[in-house]
Amino acid sequence: MKFIKFLLLGIVFGIVMTKSEAVSWFRIQEMFRFQAFHMYGIIGTAVTLGVTGVALIKKFKIRDYHGNPIVFSPKDRSVSRYLLGGSIFGLGWALSGACPGPMVVNVGYGYWAMAIVFFFALVGTYLYGVLKSKLPH
Amino acid sequence: MIELITQPWSWWFSGAMIAAIMFFLLFFGQSFGFSSNLRTICAAAGLGKTNKFFDFNWKSQIWNLVFLVGAILGGFLTKQFLSTDAPVQIAQSTIEDLSKLGFAAPESLQPAELFGLEAMFSLKGFMILAFGGLMVGFGSRYAGGCTSGHAISGLSDLQIPSLIAVMGFFAGGLIMTFLIMPLIF
Repeated sequence: MKFIKFLLLGIVFGIVMTKSEAVSWFRIQEMFRFQAFHMYGIIGTAVTLGVTGVALIKKFKIRDYHGNPIVFSPKDRSVSRYLLGGSIFGLGWALSGACPGPMVVNVGYGYWAMAIVFFFALVGTYLYGVLKSKLPH
Repeated sequence: MIELITQPWSWWFSGAMIAAIMFFLLFFGQSFGFSSNLRTICAAAGLGKTNKFFDFNWKSQIWNLVFLVGAILGGFLTKQFLSTDAPVQIAQSTIEDLSKLGFAAPESLQPAELFGLEAMFSLKGFMILAFGGLMVGFGSRYAGGCTSGHAISGLSDLQIPSLIAVMGFFAGGLIMTFLIMPLIF
């Protein structure tokens, strides 16, 4: 039962991503071609509210529902891994029109081809695990 | 009311909902980052036996797998009950650019040229889907996160690494869109 809240949040996520059309390859192409505000509006709104909310959580030391402090751990300092990894991610994002979340939402919507994309995303993740020690971080 | 739900949702409402999902996850003691699931699934599949990157207590991440299952259900429920499956209303300029690459104007959510059954079972179509997925999976783990982990969660926390990652997302996306896609399609 403790997982039901995550199931509900996932359902809301799937509905929002579909109804906002953020799961559409067309919308991603439109974004990378800078031809509409739509995707920037979605991400911009989320980040603006996110920055405000996170600042409030820190300022008022808001706790989670277990009573534990909500902590934000700083990510490791590096440039190469974020720039290189991010660029490889971006190549795939523009080509398939989906990041990992939207992939599975698309499968639920009935686009079975996205299951292939998701499977190979798993393969790509495994490949990273194999090559990790040889890559600049 | 029903009409308000079945038509596409506005960017500001959708963005606010995504922020709300992030805050609910924080309130429930977790954080918003979808691509971690890829690593978790590899670990759950037993790949930790051959590679230590996948040798961790993946059971602590079950909540995120449940979130993933919810996301699939959300897509399904939208298709069944909340959608008219109307063509995505993208900009005319995008339609024109894409037609030069051989894509018809939108007829539903996704282009049949990439995600239709015919494309899926053609060699070229399959390769495109496979390479796209491969790069997303490899890149997100290399960068330590995807759109949710970096662009939403990381930027909300004003993390410089996330800003660099998002710049990378766009560098790769622009290279694919303007340099590579004209060669593929």
